[in-house]
Amino acid sequence: MPTATKTRKPLGDQGPVAEQFETMGQQRDANRLGMWMFLGTELLLFGGLFGAFVTYRVIHAEGFAEAAGHLDLTLGALNTALLLTSGLTMALTEQMSRAARPKATFWLLVATIAIGALFIVIKGHEWYKEYQEQLMPVLGLPFSYPGEQPEQAELFFNFYFVMTGLHALHMLVGLGVLGVIATVAWRWRNPPRIARQVQISGLYWAFVDVIWVIVFSLLYLSRV
Amino acid sequence: MRVVTTLFVTWLCLLVLLGISVTSVVMLSLPWSLVAVAACALSMILLILVLFMDLKHSRGLTRVYATGATLWLAFLITLTLADYLTR
Repeated sequence: MPTATKTRKPLGDQGPVAEQFETMGQQRDANRLGMWMFLGTELLLFGGLFGAFVTYRVIHAEGFAEAAGHLDLTLGALNTALLLTSGLTMALTEQMSRAARPKATFWLLVATIAIGALFIVIKGHEWYKEYQEQLMPVLGLPFSYPGEQPEQAELFFNFYFVMTGLHALHMLVGLGVLGVIATVAWRWRNPPRIARQVQISGLYWAFVDVIWVIVFSLLYLSRV
Repeated sequence: MRVVTTLFVTWLCLLVLLGISVTSVVMLSLPWSLVAVAACALSMILLILVLFMDLKHSRGLTRVYATGATLWLAFLITLTLADYLTR
């Protein structure tokens, strides 16, 4: 792995400008705005789901609160802390890549991937527990709820698996993207391009954090 | 170095907010627990958007776009809920 090089401008602002842009600043702003537009469409996808959940939460207040009490709050909170920590390591990766520090960039990316993977493992463990307790009303699996309002609980757990499943899918996509960027960062052949790739993927990873904060608040913390 | 310190402080604030929201659910009853959870979630989202996603140093157009996306989500949920809450 090459050593760090000393530069004046942030690394992401260097390198050749693509032919459709006049300046690197314009290219960088277009990159960011393009990613934000993509994240806006993602917000529409999750927004419909959140809107539907909140509506049913108001209609079936008691049943949903009781069902939420069957989720593991400790594991949910632990996963939230892990994801927030991975948000920190990703933001630090961005700073290190802009400062042209290849080793720090690579290892922070590895840390982000490791924490993200741990999140998925814990989530998988939670799902397995719910499968064992027959609280997984998907794919024709038997649903056996010990509470007073099983129909409302079934609706709650449908929301739970769709929301957490969709979020986990986004996590897996993010982990794949970060894996590719970590490989590229290890070689460190086109540093300005790597710095821009890290910046754009960092936006996606932080967005996944934001979505999880909402999912956690709606599902795990709506137990009262 | 200053940016790195800011990021670490942001992370600590996020963990504190997470702790407050979990504790409020365990310790408080309605409506205060709901108020605490909503306030903590909004604060966490704001911190991530502004500092981790670097909206603070983004161009005006990007900030307008990000604000617009969040506002429309708020409209979607608020207007839908307005119907059910006022029946």
